[in-house]
This record gives sequence, structure tokens and C-alpha cells, in this order.
Amino acid sequence: MTVFLIAAVVKILLVVFLLLTGVAYMTWLERKVVARIQNRWGPTRVGPFGLLQPLADGIKFILKEDMVPDSAHKGLYILAPALALTMSLISIAVIPFGENITVHGTTTALQITGVTGQGSPITDINIGLLIILGVTSIGVYGVALAGWSSNSKYALLGSLRAGAQMISYELALGLSLVGVLILSGSFSLRHIVDTQSGSWFGFLPRWYIFPQFIAFFIYLMAAFAETNRIPFDLPEAETELVAGYHTEYSSMKFAMFFMAEYVNMITVGCLATLLFFGGWHGPLFGPPLVQSLLPVFWFSLKIFFFMFLYIWIRGTLPRFRYDQLMAFGWKFLLPLAIANIIVTGLIVALRA
Amino acid sequence: MVHEALFIFFALICVGGAINLLVQRHPINSALSLVVVMGALSLIYLLLGAEFVAAVQVIVYAGAVMVLFVFVIMLLNAGAEERSQGSHVALWVGGPGVLVLAGMIVYLMFRYDRHFTPVSIGSFPAQPDNTHGLARLLFQKFLLPFEITSVLILIAIMGAVVLARRES
Repeated sequence: MTVFLIAAVVKILLVVFLLLTGVAYMTWLERKVVARIQNRWGPTRVGPFGLLQPLADGIKFILKEDMVPDSAHKGLYILAPALALTMSLISIAVIPFGENITVHGTTTALQITGVTGQGSPITDINIGLLIILGVTSIGVYGVALAGWSSNSKYALLGSLRAGAQMISYELALGLSLVGVLILSGSFSLRHIVDTQSGSWFGFLPRWYIFPQFIAFFIYLMAAFAETNRIPFDLPEAETELVAGYHTEYSSMKFAMFFMAEYVNMITVGCLATLLFFGGWHGPLFGPPLVQSLLPVFWFSLKIFFFMFLYIWIRGTLPRFRYDQLMAFGWKFLLPLAIANIIVTGLIVALRA
Repeated sequence: MVHEALFIFFALICVGGAINLLVQRHPINSALSLVVVMGALSLIYLLLGAEFVAAVQVIVYAGAVMVLFVFVIMLLNAGAEERSQGSHVALWVGGPGVLVLAGMIVYLMFRYDRHFTPVSIGSFPAQPDNTHGLARLLFQKFLLPFEITSVLILIAIMGAVVLARRES
């Protein structure tokens, strides 16, 4: 019991530490890559290659004056950033990033909510995917309340746009995952990854990206919209709305929104990897120690690919117009997602 | 023991949220209290061992329906409500009405006490899990009522669209 508790606490601390470090260096990577795309240098002054820039940013955020507007709704104004960040951090609890790991005779699953014993199979939470969807949908309140409670026109417009956009794209997002659920027959993320081991015809990995590539592109576009990233960043369109829903926020409260956005991006990357790219599956080789760490490496590499894609698209595409955004979500993504479910269901039923 | 303690804890949150919903004067505070009620309800479902229903409760009610409520309140920019004196009918009929209703529920619960059995997480080892069990019930045994309900909802949506688009 105590060993179990210690293992759980160690896992939680380690995962949250790695996640927040990842978020910090994601901002560095974004500034660097976007700078290179625009033929600039990006941060270079703090540390080698500007590597200590996230630390400097963090110190700056903490030391800035924390202002609350006079006419703001105080309670909700403070609650909103906390809600946004908490809800984005909770999702990481159900994400599996590998099989077992054994340290000093203690075997533990590489997942905060995964339970295992010596030699026994890992028991995973069996509605993992639904928990992520639920927690993400509660996170909308953070954005919506931020704009409303700061009692400013720009912030209100930003949060109205965010609310409408997130509700619209949540549908396409949820429906795009149904195809994978039909093929795997489970909500458990670990089970979904397990069904993707092995290969077709001896060389093509059994990842769901191949049978479900339409679903994958729907998921990717809907997820970009859910995280309010370019080309769907209308809620914080700086040319129209100053900064959108977090216009009135300063200091660490602003940083919390920023962190929530980046944590959400990482969650999206994790989900895409788990559902469509076979999770931690990849070629294994070398001595036992390397073999036990390689799955985590493959998993991180795939997530890194998605993070890079986010930045790449940010550096490439312009912003949608609002009516284009709505038409794209409702008239293109949603029918396509439904058609994908029907075709997938039909094929699975015919082959059964 | 832990189970009872958790149930009482979430039930208290649920009832507290519901009372707060009525007492608050600002619509947005009321809407957020309702979100708390939905969340507490979903945790009670989880205690009953219905993890799928619990997750759907959060996604559909707390995550979609209530977001729309909050959205509409924000869009209308509704301010704090004035407290009216209320009608005498509501006071004289509503008060005893609540008492009668509560009394009836308590009476029925005590009367059929022996039919109730305690449940907890994992007490339905149905099929692989209760998501499959629920799907079988919905799409095999009760397929017709389920489809009729969805047609009904479709009619309601179309009615709303017709009403909203009518030229005045």
C-alpha cells in the first residue's frame, strides 16, 4: 500500500514537472521556429540559443503587477484562469505513455491512473477518452467566464467567439473519434493503443491513421479550433480584439491562460498519437534498459511532431474569417465526420 | 463506509448547489450553480458504478448545455435581477406543495425500502463493461423508443428554427 502510494506520488510529480517544462520549452521552440520561418533569429540573449528565455519569461510574469479591473466580477475574474489551467492539467492523468516500468522490484504502469501488479496486466481507467473530452468541455468555462467577468467589450467579444467556436467544433471533434472507437471497441486509451500493435502485410504498422485518415484530418482541424490556434485563433485575434478574452488579465493570471493553451496543445498531440499513431509502439532494439525506455521516446517523438506541426501551421496560414470558420465547421467537417462513421460502421458490420 | 461518506458529501454539494441556484440574484451565478449540481450528480452516478453515464452527464450537460446557457446570458448581458414580492398564490400553494411532495417521496422510499439493494463501482459485471450493456439495451431492446425520441428531438429543433426565422 505505501509502496503503491509512493509510486503514485512520484509519478504525479514527475509527469506534472515534465509537462510544465515541456510547456515552457514549447514557447521557446515556437518563438525560435516562427522566427526562422520569418527570417529572424528569435530569442538569443538569455543563455545559449536563448535556452533560458522561458525562465526569464516566468520570472517576469511573477514579478509584474497583478491588476484586477475595478468593474470586474471579482470572484469569476479570479476563478476563470484557475479553471482553465486546472482542467487542462487534469487530462494528463488518464494518458498512458508506455507499458510497465520496474524500478527496484516495484512494478508500476507508465500512466498516472493505471494500476498494475507484478506480472499482472495493467488495469486502465475504462472511460479514459470520455474523461478527456469531458474535462476539455468544462475548460470552455475558463475562457467564457474570463471574457465576461472582466467587463470589457474586447474581452467579451473574444469569449463569445471562443464559446461559439468551441461548441461548434466539439461536435466534429467528438464524432471524428467514433471511427477509431468502432475499430478498437473500447474507451480505454491503453486498450486502443494495444489494438494497434503489430503490422499489416509485414511492413505497414497497424496504426488507425491508415484506415481512418479522414477521421484523423477532421480530428486535427477540429482540435486546432478547440485550442484556439491559428488559423482558428479568432477568439484572440490581435488585429481586431487587442488580445481577446484575456485582454484585461496581467501577470501570472495571463500566464495561466497561456499555459492552459499550451497544455491543451500537448493533450491534443497525446490524443492524436494514442488514437491514430499507435501510441508508444515503434521499433525496439538494443540492451534491456534502452528497450524499456524506447516506447516513451517514440511517444514523445510523435508528440513533438504534432507540436512542430502546430508551430509550422502558425507560421504559414492566415486567419479564417468568422463566417468561413462557422461554415467550415458545420457544413464541411460535421457531415464528413458523420459520413466517416457510417462508412466505417458499414465496413465493420459487413466484415463481422 | 467510504462509499456512504462520499455519497453524503456529493449529495450535500448537489443540494447546496441547487439551493444556491435559487438564491443567487445574478443569472450567471445561478447558471454556474447548476453546473456544480450537474458535476455532483455525475459523481453520484460514478458511485453507483455507471461510469459511462457519469462521463456523458459531464460532457452533455455540464460541457454543452450549460455552456450554451452561459453563452446566452453573456450575449444578452443580463444584469442582476430584482427581487419581486412574489404572488400570494405561490406562497400559499407552493410551500405546502413542496412539503407534500417531499413527504410522498420519503414515504415511498421507506415503503419500498426492502427492494433497494446497495450498488458500487464494479457491481455490474455485465458483458465487458456497462458501456456495452447500455449500448445493447439502447440499440437492441429499446431501439424503437430510442429512435422515436430522436425523431421527437429533431421535430423540436425544426420547430425552433421555424419560430426563430418567422418574419414579423
